[in-house]
Formats: sequence, C-alpha cells, structure tokens
Amino acid sequence: MRIELVKRPQQSALFAAISPFIAFAITLVAGAILFSLLGKAPLNGLYAYFVEPLTEVWSLHELAIKAAPLIMIGVGLSICFMSNNWNIGAEGQFVVGAIAGSILPVVFPDFQSPLVLPLMLLMGIAGGAAYAAIPALLKVRFNTNEILSSLMLVYVAQLFLDWLVRGPWRNPEGYNFPETRNFHASAVLPEVLPMSGRAHWGFVFAILAALILWFLVSRTLKGFEIRLLGQSPRAGRFAGFSSARMVFFAFLVAGGLAGLAGICEVSGAIGQLRPTISPGYGFAAIIVAFLGRLNPLGIIAAGLVLALSYLGGEAAQISIGVSDKTVRVFQGLLLFFVLACDTLIHYRVQIGKAPAVQPKAQSHEQPEAAHGHG
Amino acid sequence: MGMVEAILLTIATAATPLLLAAIGELVSERSGVLNLGVEGMMVMGAVTGFAVAYTTGSPWLGAVAAIVVGALFSLLFGFLTLTLVTNQVATGLALTLLGLGLSGMIGERFIGLPGVKMETISIPFLSDLPLVGRLVFGQDPIFYISIALTAAVTWFLFRSRAGLTMRAVGDSHDSAHALGIKVIAIRYLAVMFGGACAGLAGAYLSLVYTPQWVENMTAGRGWIALALVVFASWRPWRVLAGAYLFGAVSIGQLHAQALGIGIPSQFLSALPYLATIVVLVLISRNRRLTMMNTPASLGRPFVPDR
Amino acid sequence: MKKTILALAAATALMSVGTAMAQEKTKACFIYVGPIGDFGWSYQHHQGVLEMQKEIGEDKVEIAYLESVPEGADAERAIERFARSGCDIVFTTSFGYMDATNKVAGRFPDVKFEHATGYKREHPNVSTYNSKFHEGRYVQGVIAASMSEVGTAGYIASFPIPEVVMGIDAFVLGAQSVNPDFKVKVVWANTWFDPGKEADAAKALIDQGVDIITQHTDSTAPMQVAAERGIKAFGQASDMIEFGPETQLTSIVDDWGPYYIERVKAVMDGTWEQIDVWGGMGAGHVVMAPYANMPDDVKKLAEETEAKIASGEFDPFTGPINKQDGSVWLKEGEVAEEGVLLGLNFYVEGVDDQLPQ
Repeated sequence: MRIELVKRPQQSALFAAISPFIAFAITLVAGAILFSLLGKAPLNGLYAYFVEPLTEVWSLHELAIKAAPLIMIGVGLSICFMSNNWNIGAEGQFVVGAIAGSILPVVFPDFQSPLVLPLMLLMGIAGGAAYAAIPALLKVRFNTNEILSSLMLVYVAQLFLDWLVRGPWRNPEGYNFPETRNFHASAVLPEVLPMSGRAHWGFVFAILAALILWFLVSRTLKGFEIRLLGQSPRAGRFAGFSSARMVFFAFLVAGGLAGLAGICEVSGAIGQLRPTISPGYGFAAIIVAFLGRLNPLGIIAAGLVLALSYLGGEAAQISIGVSDKTVRVFQGLLLFFVLACDTLIHYRVQIGKAPAVQPKAQSHEQPEAAHGHG
Repeated sequence: MGMVEAILLTIATAATPLLLAAIGELVSERSGVLNLGVEGMMVMGAVTGFAVAYTTGSPWLGAVAAIVVGALFSLLFGFLTLTLVTNQVATGLALTLLGLGLSGMIGERFIGLPGVKMETISIPFLSDLPLVGRLVFGQDPIFYISIALTAAVTWFLFRSRAGLTMRAVGDSHDSAHALGIKVIAIRYLAVMFGGACAGLAGAYLSLVYTPQWVENMTAGRGWIALALVVFASWRPWRVLAGAYLFGAVSIGQLHAQALGIGIPSQFLSALPYLATIVVLVLISRNRRLTMMNTPASLGRPFVPDR
Repeated sequence: MKKTILALAAATALMSVGTAMAQEKTKACFIYVGPIGDFGWSYQHHQGVLEMQKEIGEDKVEIAYLESVPEGADAERAIERFARSGCDIVFTTSFGYMDATNKVAGRFPDVKFEHATGYKREHPNVSTYNSKFHEGRYVQGVIAASMSEVGTAGYIASFPIPEVVMGIDAFVLGAQSVNPDFKVKVVWANTWFDPGKEADAAKALIDQGVDIITQHTDSTAPMQVAAERGIKAFGQASDMIEFGPETQLTSIVDDWGPYYIERVKAVMDGTWEQIDVWGGMGAGHVVMAPYANMPDDVKKLAEETEAKIASGEFDPFTGPINKQDGSVWLKEGEVAEEGVLLGLNFYVEGVDDQLPQ
C-alpha cells in the first residue's frame, strides 16, 4: 500500500475549517487508548484533561495567564517565520525583556508613581527587541545563521538573569536567597477582573497584539512584503523590498513582543525576578505559531489550546493520577495529530492508486525553513 | 596519569555524545531535512540503552537496541514530515516533547539502579604511552565508533556516488526528482541514520558517561548537537572540531573554578555559548563558502506530483 | 459529538460520586519541583510521602502530587488547584514556591499549607519546615579529614544559596577539627541536576588532585566517577551505596517521612498548628547512611560526632571560627544564631574558592 498526496488546486476551505476537529477527534481516541493502557478510566481522563479546566471561573483566569505569553510570543514569531527568519531564541528575548522591565522596581524601588508601569512595559519591549537585534545584526552583517545565534543567546540570557538575582539584584531582606525584592504596588500589572480571578492585563495585550498583527499581515502592503520576501527573497528584491530591513523588522517585532510577554509575566503573575521565570514559553510559542498556521488569529486559538493542555495535564495528574510523563506524551500526540491533519488542507490523500499525472515537481506555499539565505 | 592527559580524556568523553548526535543530524540536514527532535531521540536512546543493558547485562546489546529505537523513533518524524509533509520545525519540537515523556514512562522502573558500564578498550603497551596513550589507545568503544563515523560520513558525502546523490537531493529536490532520483526514499534513510546516531549518543550517556538512568538525563545536549551542525557549516570534520571545542570550553571552566579563579560561575558557564557565536560569526563571514556548503533545500517540504 | 458530550456528562456524574465517597479520608497533597525520578530531592520527598501513606494507612489518607511544577506563575495555579480539589493539607517542597504558597494560603484559610525551606509565614495556616543538613556535612568533614592523604577535598556545589554555603562551611569546620590545615576546592555546577555536568565537575576536581569528593547536587554521577577513579566520596539526599559499594563513606539521607507522618496526623486529629521546624539529626530528619569503607577508628570518631550533634551537646557552628579573610566571626564558645545561618553568605577560613557574590 502506498500513501500518496495529491496537491489540491487551491486550499481546501472545508478542511481548513474542520481539520482541527478531526485532529481533536483522533486525539480523543488516542487519549482513550493511552489511558486505558495505563489502567485508568478513559472518559474520566479525557474529562479531566479537556473539560475540567474550563468548568470553573478561576481556572479560566489561569488559562488566560498561561496563554498570554504563548500568544504574545507566538504572533511575533509568526512574522519572523513568515518572512523566513528563523528566530528560535524568543525564550532569551523574553528573559531580557523581563530584566530590562524590572530595572525600575528593583534598582529604584523608591520611584513609585503611575508612570512606573508604562515605563516598565516600554523598557521590557525595548529590552527584548534589543536582544533580538543581535542575531538580526549578525545575520545581515556577517551572514551568521540566526537559528544558532538566537538559540545560544537564550542560554546566555538565562545565565545573566541567574547572576543578577544571586548577585547585584538580590533582595537585601531575602536571607540571601536568589530572588529580587517584591515589586511595589505601582509596579504590578493589575488584574483585569480582580473579583473573579488573577488574570492580568497581559492577556488583553496579547489579544491586541494578535489583532494588530493580523491587520498588518492581511490588510497592508507590509504584509505582502513579509510574505513575498519569505517565499522568495529574489522576487522580493525585484519588487524593490529590502531583505536586510525585513530581517530587522521581523526580529524587532518578535523580540519586542517576547520582551513585553516577559515583563508582563514578571510584573503580573510572579511579582519579582527569580532565577527561572519561564517554563519554556519561548520554545512552546514556536509550536503555537505553527499550530496557528502562522495566522495571528489562528495563534490565539492555538495558544489557548496549548495552555489548556498544560492545565488539563495537571488536572489529569490530580484527578486520575497519571504521571506528568503521560501528560507530555499526550501533548506530543496532540501536536502530531494537529500537524498531520493540516496536511489535508493542501493535499488530497490517495491510497494505493496508480499515478495519474506525469512526474512534475511542485512549489509550495508553506514557509520554507532554509538556512543562510543572504 | 598526568593532569593534561586526564583533562584531555574528560574532554573526549564530553565531546563524544555531541559528535555522534551532530554527525547524524548532519546527514539528515544534508539530505534537506531539518530534524529538531534530536533531544527526544537521544533521550529515547539513553533509556533504551540502559534498560536493555541492565536487563541483559550486556552494554553492547544496549547500544544496538538504542540505535534501533533511535531509528524507529525518527521514522515517526519521517512519516509526518516526508509522507504527510508537515512542518519540520514544529514536528521536530513535538518529537522532543514526546521523547522526553515516553522515556520517562519507560524508565520509571530503572531509576536508582546502577547501570552496566561499557568497558574501555585498552591496547597493551600503546595505551601506556605518555600523554596520548590513554587518549588514543585506551578509550571506550563508542569513542572509536564516533571517530570512524566521522571519517565514514566524510567519505560517503564527498567521495561516494550515493553521497553525491544525497547532496543533490538536499540542494535541489526538484532537479533531483527530475533526474529520477527517489527523493523521499533517500530522505527517509537520512532521517533514520540521524535517529540511529542520536540513539547511540543517548546510549553513550547512560552506558559510558554516567552509567545510570535518570529522567531528562540528556539535559539539553541534543540542542547543542543541532547547533554544532550549523556551526560546522555541514562539514563532518568541523563537527568533530566543534564538539571538542565545546567540550574543552565546558571542562575548562570547571577547572578554572577548581583553581579558585574568582569569576562568577555564570559567566564561565556562558562561555561555551558565547564562544560558539563568535566562532560562527568568524566562519560565516565568508559568504561564498557558507552558501556552498548549505543544503539549499533544507527544511523545505517536497511532494512529487504524480 | 453529542454522544461525547453525553458520555462526558455521565463521567462527571460518576466522578462527583467518587469524590463524595472519598470525603472521609484526609487528603494530603504534594508539589515537587523535579520529576520523582531524579533520585535526589523530589525522589526523597516522594519516598517520605509513601512512607507516610503506609504508616497511616491507605484507607485513612489519600495522596495526590504534581511533579516538575516550575517555580513562578505555574506554582500558584498548581497550589490553588490542590486547595480547590479538596486537599486538607498541601506541602510545597521547593524554596521557589514561597510567595505562591502564601498567596494561595490567604485565599484558602481552611486548608493547611506547609512550605519546605522557606521563611515566610504570612497566614496562620502556613508552616515552614526544613532540615539541618549541615549537621551531616560536619560529620562528613570529620571523616574526610581523617581519610584524605593529600588534605584537600573537592566539593561540587549547586547554587550559592545560604543552605549550600552553610554546608560547605560546616564541612570545612568538621575537617579542620581533625586537620587544621585541611582545604576544600569548590566547583559550582550551576545546576541541581545534570549527571553529565556533575560527572565532569568531579573529574575536574580529581584531576586537580583532591582525593575525596562530596557533592551538594542531586545525581549519583559524581559517586560513579569517584568509584571509577578509585577515591572515596560522600552521597547526597539518598543512600547511594549501590553506585559506589567501595566508594561511599556515608551519605546524608533526607528523611521526610517522620515529619509528614507527624503533620498529616495532626491534621487528622485537629491539632495542626503553625510551626517553623528546622529539624536536624536529633529530630530524625537528617539520617546518615551506614558508615562504610573506612577504618574502625574513623568510624568510631564519626559515630561519636554524630551522637554529640544529635543529642544537642555540640553545634557545628561553635566558635572560635574565623571568616575566610581571617577576621573573627564567632568567639570562643559562641554559637551562631539561626537567623545568621539562614542567610549565610560567607565562607569560613580554609575554603579555596571565592564565594560568588
């Protein structure tokens, strides 16, 4: 038996709409099998995973908290990936944004005014963007591969934060434990609906960022430029666009948003700097960007789904007693199914049929993950 | 054993798993497939290697099993990215997630058990030579495999017909396809080779480096291996140089600490990463040379229209 | 789709019945920072939990736990989830959960919270608990100085927090009580858990000429390296004798079982009260693995030291003690205050390292 894909003349609107649901259905079946194999009641497992986190208000707040950085970073990265810039160092830009944004409350704790918070957010954006500018500069100036340089800079940023909170920025009243002083009240990002839960304004910023970028990409010339340069740098140059400038644009947007996500997380959800402030948001957001098919609106949905899978994983650990290993396997499967089902949008699957058309290679609309484009 | 010799040995041990995983990924990328799931395949190799060696008592069986499991696990990635043309970056990340979870589930029984260490080979007389004796003639078998593999891959890529075909696939799958080359089949083989190498690299950790199984024991080495491939601009011997350089810097910082140099350890720990960037900038400044070695079709999906 | 919804609704109904029936049991919940398979910190906590459940009985106490919960925003959610899911007492077992524990405790006054290794108790339903591991390290120092031929030990450290610094100082003081010229070389691995890196650190120290290895990181890798190189070593967190049958001198075993038994029982009896426990050998929180691979006279000395500390007759931090720069810290007979120890950020004389500041 052979599985063959036949390219559809154009994207299937039907499958674009229903492929997430097919993926979800397969995941439910796979999850049921997985839970049964582990000797757990499959329905209880699936309920805990996908429904329980959505049944309570506080849990919805938590979903928003978890999804906010994923969406914010994810939409920024979508600009990078669409324009063929492989920034996988968002985690580092997140950290540097958090550090830059924390300068005011940590180093100048006596400066307390309504101005503090806006300044912090701006400094967070600036920090993340500046850090993202390094791989962009190296790429444009020295042709250095950005996958590698941005990834290496993640480790450097994490170690720098580690040094700061154990050294110069350590809380003077904190018994020498590695953490900064707690942010004062005017440096804390407020909650959106303080009565019902602790979701902060970061989620609102994330949605706004997604909407703005959606408009930019789909309704403006800049969006055309991004996509054209991503699909074919050559064609882009003929159209008079500069790929060097696009490299900077994409990295600065992605870095700025990652930095904003960083300072929002620190100011809104944690309240101080600590040696580790992110459980890998910068990397998870790469998955989110692709799950959302690099479409800012799709990324909102993808961010919420991935956040749900974390929350559901915890709920499943507690209510049916599976281990966090099972949860990670389940997450991996979910991603595989979603990715695989998206194939149906661009291709028809034929099983075991004779070739109908002459061999001819194809060009593709999917973004190309190529290294070292000049 | 002198201090210099001891340090060199330590560096070789630190470099070998990186070299193995990176050589495998290099072959995969030369065929045009970017597999970011190295960490996941490596950790699967580590748990398989340990489990089989512990159960059978033979580290050799463990290593072979790790190679097989690494290759099978990469097949999953291959099926998605090659047959179903999913996005390679996202699929690779998902593979890592799956590998870390699955290895944890498999390994639960083996936590806290001392493993079976693969014995070093010691060539009598020669291994007693000063300075290089142990380094060249008294290492563990996988060390020799890693060096031999580097040589073999170099020969394959640049001297053999099959290697030429594979590079053609990586450089332009459209032209290769037009010439009647089976692009997808070749990529499947390359991906599986990458998985097998990553599996062996993982087994090196659980059978030689630190003979035990603990969750997440690869601790990010798969990502370093990925970085090394680009760092080496897809050249096998440069991968070797890069792996040893990285090993040397990470061991060097530990020695600097033990000597009592008062630099914050975070800065010393950051050195290998900064060094990688600096060397990378130096190498890639020569635009023409980099372009020549980069597989032009890397990461692009391919579907024969038939 | 409709069927699924119905099935899920049925499942909900079933589950709520299940919860209702479980109400009579006391529910104890635990949050771990690492995987329980780390064979170190989280593993030992989990062993203590299993011991507690066995002691009290599975019919009386129900346990739930979350592994690998990142410190930060996720911790608060995980703790709150426990508080809402019917837990009577929640143990949060890493320093980084401190603020999150206190925040959630304020919102759930009826649930008891126990935070390991922290110092904040902002609400009456929060207790803190920790162990005096440095007592064990003093004994290790005594053994190290008795066993070492070169007079230098290698110390693989994780992060420069007070607990680790305290351990290094106690080790040095113990060693100097036997050999006043004893030196310690320190390597900061900057990780709690990375077998490869810990092994490399052990090799680096051995290559620099130390002949005893001790560690304040969690994996068994340094023990294996020491065994391979034929020198002696101390284990950490659990008994690692399997990994170095002829190598391990002893190990500081974190035994959380007795504390968990005591506290869960207190919840069941209704006698739970806020406390701040810093238990050492006397309380059974710090246990030394059997002394092995040493001559009888060293073993005797170690046992005597352990007994003196356990009975409270002797405190490892008793003067005269000088700081690393030679200035006086504690005068003859003076004992360090606990408050100072909890924030300790300097070395005593004899450490061959500069403390990262």
